[in-house]
Amino acid sequence: MIENLAIENNLPALQVVVPLLLAPIAALLTVPFLSWLVAMAGALFCLYSSITLFLKVSSGGTINYYMGGWLPPYGIEYVIDGASSFMIVIISFMGLIATIYAYTSLKFEISKNSQSKVYGMWLLALGGLLGLVTTGDAFNLFVFLEISSLSSVTLVALGANKDKRALTAAFNYLLIGAVGATFYVIGVGLLYSVTGTLNIADLTIKLSELSDNNAVKAGVSFIIIGLMVKAAIYPLHIWLPAAYTFAPTAVSVLLTATATKAALYVLARILFTLLSNADEFTHIILQWVFLPASIIAIFFGTIRAIYENDIKKLLAFSSLSQIGYITIGLSLGTASGIMASFIHIANHSMMKAALFMGIGSISILSNQRVKLNSLQGLGQSMPITSICLTIVILSLLGLPLTIGFISKIFLLKAVFNHGNWPVLFIIVLTSFLAMGYAWKLIEQIWMKEPNENSIKFIEKPSLYIPMIVLAFLNIVLGIYTFPVVNGALKSSEAIFWKVLS
Amino acid sequence: MFETNLIAIALLSPLIVALFTLIFKNSKNLRDSLGFIGALISFYASIKISIGVLNHQSQSLFLFHLFKNLEFSFNVTPLGAIFGLVCSGLWILAAIYSVGYMRGNNEKKQTRFYSFYALSIFGALCVAWSSNLLLLFIFYEFLTFATYPLVAHKETEQSLKASRLYLGILVGSSLLFFLPAIIWVWYSTGTLNFVHGGILTNSFNPGYAPILLMLFIFGIGKAAIMPLHWWLPAAMVAPTPVSALLHAVAVVKAGVFSILMVCCYIFGIDFISETNSSNILIWIACFTILMSSIIAIQKDDLKARLAYSTVSQLSYIVLGGLIATQYSVIGSSMHIMMHAVGKITLFFCAGAIYVGAHLTKISQLDGTGKKIPIIYIAFAIGALSIIGIPPMGGSWSKFYLMMGAAQSMLTVVIIILIISSVLNAFYLLEPVFRAFYNLPKENIEFKVPQLVTIPIIASTGLIILLFFFYSPLLSLSMMVVK
Repeated sequence: MIENLAIENNLPALQVVVPLLLAPIAALLTVPFLSWLVAMAGALFCLYSSITLFLKVSSGGTINYYMGGWLPPYGIEYVIDGASSFMIVIISFMGLIATIYAYTSLKFEISKNSQSKVYGMWLLALGGLLGLVTTGDAFNLFVFLEISSLSSVTLVALGANKDKRALTAAFNYLLIGAVGATFYVIGVGLLYSVTGTLNIADLTIKLSELSDNNAVKAGVSFIIIGLMVKAAIYPLHIWLPAAYTFAPTAVSVLLTATATKAALYVLARILFTLLSNADEFTHIILQWVFLPASIIAIFFGTIRAIYENDIKKLLAFSSLSQIGYITIGLSLGTASGIMASFIHIANHSMMKAALFMGIGSISILSNQRVKLNSLQGLGQSMPITSICLTIVILSLLGLPLTIGFISKIFLLKAVFNHGNWPVLFIIVLTSFLAMGYAWKLIEQIWMKEPNENSIKFIEKPSLYIPMIVLAFLNIVLGIYTFPVVNGALKSSEAIFWKVLS
Repeated sequence: MFETNLIAIALLSPLIVALFTLIFKNSKNLRDSLGFIGALISFYASIKISIGVLNHQSQSLFLFHLFKNLEFSFNVTPLGAIFGLVCSGLWILAAIYSVGYMRGNNEKKQTRFYSFYALSIFGALCVAWSSNLLLLFIFYEFLTFATYPLVAHKETEQSLKASRLYLGILVGSSLLFFLPAIIWVWYSTGTLNFVHGGILTNSFNPGYAPILLMLFIFGIGKAAIMPLHWWLPAAMVAPTPVSALLHAVAVVKAGVFSILMVCCYIFGIDFISETNSSNILIWIACFTILMSSIIAIQKDDLKARLAYSTVSQLSYIVLGGLIATQYSVIGSSMHIMMHAVGKITLFFCAGAIYVGAHLTKISQLDGTGKKIPIIYIAFAIGALSIIGIPPMGGSWSKFYLMMGAAQSMLTVVIIILIISSVLNAFYLLEPVFRAFYNLPKENIEFKVPQLVTIPIIASTGLIILLFFFYSPLLSLSMMVVK
């Protein structure tokens, strides 16, 4: 009994519960710095627990944790396997980096009396996302989906302090997110009515006998559409550009690095674990929904980004196209495709977070929205930020020796294995087109003289240290590829072969 | 172990130069001499490595595994030894020259210039000694981006536009064709290592070989095969030391070098000739040779004319790889070095004329010969070498190329090579004739710095030297095919 209460054994629950419990404390403290410390403590604990769990899983195999000792299919089960352990490491690591960045950034962007509350929401979002990827229960998943979505909406709305358009963005996000969540819960309801269970592992077994049932097909379709909203897959992405653009910078960092990625993970789970035996149906969804949607998303996002002048919006559109690359990997429906997707999930969160941080630092120091021409001559006025940004932009382009290249190589290999030549061509073409928007930035930063009125900014360590860490990782993990590649490999095995083995 | 260190030394010295240039940006003399010192060290190591290769000692440096079955390691092939010698050796001259040129012109942002200059050499050396195709691709792209700040150096609207074109064509072609081709090879054979005699035999469907080869030839945009040659004339907006070392030697040679590596160590010349992969491509290369010579004649801008001459000469090397006989590959390998020495001399001279009196057009050169005779004599010798007239180094490589064409009974190719030589003679010697035989229109004063003249004399000497002492180069080239 005492052994059961040891922290080590309860990490799967604690990594979700601790941030959720710390959230009200952070919100109630009136001093922003103290609230931030609480948030940091929460984020640190999550990182500790997720790394511990990751190591445990990679040495000892899947951990099934039963909430309160109730066995499934009646109790709630948390499943930490190769895939979810990889995801919690990404989420909690990016969460920690974003939290470090958040203090200075939020201090500038949000009025003082709401700062403490932000950290409450922040922790809720973090806990919600961690719960989302670890839970093995379809309804519990819905709960976490709502926790993370509602807290994200609140966080986005706080951008109104700087720009009132954040309110419309948040409202859109709320409405569309709510529709998505409803779709999800309708789907779960349909599946429950047919199978009588909510446990995902149990559902998998039951569904394998019912693959021709129309209620199941309808339910799964509802679930997938609901999750596509959360993952911002074209054409259900419409909340994303505005939300990322007008949210406070730290929130954009958190959302881009964790929220959409968690939804993508859940989507992969539903498609390949839950539907593992409904080959034909999955194939239709992948071939006729995911593949075209991804291709359109990539083109749409890239082209909009090329013509965008507001840098945060440009990054949001670029995110849209990058999500397209992730879903292309999924749409192949092969183990190597899923692996490529997971590599890009990890890599893209590192790149985009660093980019948002860089642009955010510029906007904080210059106290204005960052337009294309406000980057002029930045190499001279903000050298550290500029160098970090340059590294990450090159990584986004997939330049060799960065993580972007690793993503590209694995995605191309996966597409090649699949034998889909047109898609291969589209990927290389669009990654070339991406130079159109990325190079604009590089040119402005390095090849122009600074504006006459631009003063020499003094860069703040609290803003650039997290960015340096990410820029550094962009290079190191692009050379020492083992951690990400291996994590993604384990993930794809966990997702794809779970039922077969 | 000692040989292993040599590669590390040769590669690290440009990298350290790039870094120290940034550190010592305030003490100008120290900063400017770093390149020369680094080049000497690098060249010394390259010579040692090449001697090792000649003695059939394996020269390699293993760092770590990039992926499973794919090493991040360097391994010097005979072809790589030649390219390494060319890059590091000519860097010595270019390092001196660029100091003279940049100071003479009072160019801005010199620290950035020297730093990326060294970084580009690092990239080129890594391309030369990569042990597999993916690593070669990695540094091929690295080289593109490392040279970008050099092309855009002047930061004017024109140079930014040119550098966009530069990046667009080079990165675009490599992404659209080169990378898919690599993935295709990787997928079919399971390896990307450079193996003597190729890796495709028995594991790649011969029917698709022509398509694969075409992907490679057009994917490697640095080799400037038409219609992918636009970037090279555009890149001439860069300061002349860049045009001289990078766009006559390191960058473009990295392109043709990659093509030769693909022909010899991925396809294998036997596989190319068995599958007839290069039938169409040979004519595209021939077309490039002739067409760019014809364009060159019409160019009045000296650097543009030299750029088109480079386009044409690069296709000689590609042609040698595509003909895929022993002699043609030997000729191509030798031409990498011969053309490099000749063309760098020509560019040095063009730069000297620009520093001296800010002349860029050939029509402006009338009667200037007596002011700077040394420069024009050097120009003439460089031109003769590229035309292929003894006793200049370039005659050997052309001789072997023609032998190669004869070996595979391509009479038309021989005729095209001869026509092209005549055209070369016409457009390369025109500036010299104008300078010495036409009457001056106005009195122009020339001020050519010593640091610019010395490397010109040295490289001119090298051209003649290479005619008499070509045997180490020939033996290295023969090792490529035997």
